[in-house]
Amino acid sequence: MQAFLDLLNNVTPGLLQGTVITLQIAAVSLLLGMAIGLPVGVGRVYGPVWLQRVLGAYVTLFQGTPLLIQLFVVYYGLPDLGLTFGRMEAAFLTLGLNSGAYQAEYLRGALQSVSEGQMTAARAIGMSKWQAIRSIILPQALRLVLPAWSNEVIAMLKNTAVVFVIAVPDLMTQAKNLSSRYFAPIPIYMTVAVFYIILVGAVYLILRQVERRVQIPGLTGDAESAA
Amino acid sequence: MTTTPILRIDDVYKSFGATQVLKGFSLSIQPQEVVVLVGPSGSGKSTLLRCINLLHPPTSGRIWLEEEEITAPGVNHDRVRQRIGMVFQDFNLFTHLTALGNVMIGLTKVRKMHKKEAHDLAMFELERVGLVDRAGHYPAQLSGGQKQRVAIARALGMDPHIMLFDEPTSALDPELTGEVLEVMQQLAKEGMTMIVVSHEMGFARQVASRVVFMEGGVVVEEGPPQQMFEQPKYERTRAFLRKITDLEGDEK
Amino acid sequence: MDFFQDLATTFNFILQGLWVTIGVTLVALSVGFVFGVVMAMLRVYGNAFFRALAAAYSVIVRAVPVVVIIFILFFVIARFVNLSPFWAGSLALGFASGAYQSEIFRGAFQSVPPGQMTAARAIGMSRVQAIQSIILPQAVRLALPAWGNEATLVLKDSTLVFVVGVPEILRRAQQVSARTLEPFIAFGLALLLYLALTLLTTQVLQWLERRYRLQM
Ligand SMILES: Nc1ncnc2c1ncn2[C@@H]1O[C@H](COP(=O)(O)OP(=O)(O)OP(=O)(O)O)[C@@H](O)[C@H]1O
Ligand SMILES: [Mg+2]
Repeated sequence: MQAFLDLLNNVTPGLLQGTVITLQIAAVSLLLGMAIGLPVGVGRVYGPVWLQRVLGAYVTLFQGTPLLIQLFVVYYGLPDLGLTFGRMEAAFLTLGLNSGAYQAEYLRGALQSVSEGQMTAARAIGMSKWQAIRSIILPQALRLVLPAWSNEVIAMLKNTAVVFVIAVPDLMTQAKNLSSRYFAPIPIYMTVAVFYIILVGAVYLILRQVERRVQIPGLTGDAESAA
Repeated sequence: MTTTPILRIDDVYKSFGATQVLKGFSLSIQPQEVVVLVGPSGSGKSTLLRCINLLHPPTSGRIWLEEEEITAPGVNHDRVRQRIGMVFQDFNLFTHLTALGNVMIGLTKVRKMHKKEAHDLAMFELERVGLVDRAGHYPAQLSGGQKQRVAIARALGMDPHIMLFDEPTSALDPELTGEVLEVMQQLAKEGMTMIVVSHEMGFARQVASRVVFMEGGVVVEEGPPQQMFEQPKYERTRAFLRKITDLEGDEK
Repeated sequence: MDFFQDLATTFNFILQGLWVTIGVTLVALSVGFVFGVVMAMLRVYGNAFFRALAAAYSVIVRAVPVVVIIFILFFVIARFVNLSPFWAGSLALGFASGAYQSEIFRGAFQSVPPGQMTAARAIGMSRVQAIQSIILPQAVRLALPAWGNEATLVLKDSTLVFVVGVPEILRRAQQVSARTLEPFIAFGLALLLYLALTLLTTQVLQWLERRYRLQM
């Protein structure tokens, strides 16, 4: 027991450093994913047919392949085409593009579940199509998408764990280095698991509060209909 | 015709793909007229209203609103719709906005009013429909009749020159239709030009200046309510009006 | 011409990882199925202790990245038995998938109407018999669409056993790229191979679902 506490004492600072990087990657990638997912989701519902096709192909590519291989293509493959990224940038870009595809799909589901009458009524008072999307359809769809989006935040936290394969100094990379330094992989990875459980639990509780805060009577999304 | 019509519909056709819905519909409406439009299901009543405010522009034919041909190429449809208020059977209130928000959003986003001004006007419109005390309620917290009155206030806020009602009471429980019809009657009294698709024959008798019977995408017969109900020219008109009056009688 | 020959060589090399990927996926799915069904049954029909145990398994495992679980179990298994990376990795992946599958089956068990249990008991079945021969067959059918979705997720997650050295598609791509020095082609081909695999799987699952629906 004492040995375990000593080990914990030795590895915690490194793991905490890694946690900061993990959170940073998750946050930046989520925002990037949102910046991609929002226009892609809207474009897939309201855009011209050719655009819907192109955006659909993007979604299929990123949802139909493993994140880990996407990361390899971006970090090791793209330099062949003259596109070289640092480790962090590659992590942001891959996770952002991946999350963007999922966020776009959730948003698409939510947009399609806003009833057609909302658009008709908005046009009937003289709004243009884009005005109606911006001030009537999107505010509703964004509320409907919130439960699915909360799941995406948690998925993102967990997804960041694969970036250690390109040696980004995140929680996993720290764990890997520490476990080879102390020859104690099992307790160290167990500790890492506890770290993730705390992160995921905290984020879950926060998001539930947010969901409750922005709720409007008659407008609650459930993950099933949005997903 | 003594004055120039506020709305003139001339030989309008409308098809959806292969189905022809309107087949040469013509009608002129004078300012301050209340026209009640009746006809069997599928005869094209909703389609006609949606042609008038260009939600579904006609396939051919022309429509003038206050002497401007709104079916002419290059006309800004959004601007036309601001002058035409529309009330739907299923209300279509904006779900994420309160009653007040529903009335205000057109004022701020379309009429570009300042918040304060929009707020005051919206409250005035809610007062007109008797719902000031429900201003902060969301649609899900309102009864059907209240929702429809908010929808009317929302349309009125845009300062329309003519109002279209598409079966405004048929989604309501019978005991809630009265409050909506009252608001509409008040509007008529204030001189609003209205086209009302409705099978509320009591309302037609009392409020309508004209009843128009359409079938198969064209006008079959039109005239003042008294004449339409008591001595219609066509047997078909008599049969239809009798049928819906009987149905209404059954419900009451 | 040379380019295409190289491409074919690279592709053939990666393609040998396909069977490993499929193997990992099938083993993990089966292991996950067993864990999932058992845990779901404990969760729905078990006593307080088993309910808590099954709930803890589901909540904890689903809060931890799959790759962390693979590492932990890989080292734990290695301490007790001498398993190849293929088996250790697949079992670990299956253990993780079991938590997700337990949620799917829990939902399915709970949506079998309670009258089914009552009726089964009424004709003299024991509780266990009723679960086994009346509830389970219905629940598995109800779970099918969600289970198909989980199957494609496990297929994509199977590439995570890369981290413990299993020679699946990605590992093969990495090996060949070290030789050809053309990582874009190697990893790009791996990506496309996976895409084809997931698209095919989705099609097959949809077909199964349609067929199954007709029989209802
Ligand atoms: N957007 C559309 N696309 C295709 N067909 C349509 C569309 N809108 C209406 N129609 C068809 O046009 C015909 C007339 O419909 P419309 O809704 O105008 O009738 P209505 O007189 O309002 O009937 P109701 O009393 O049932 O409301 C129907 O056959 C309908 O199926
Ligand atoms: Mg209609």
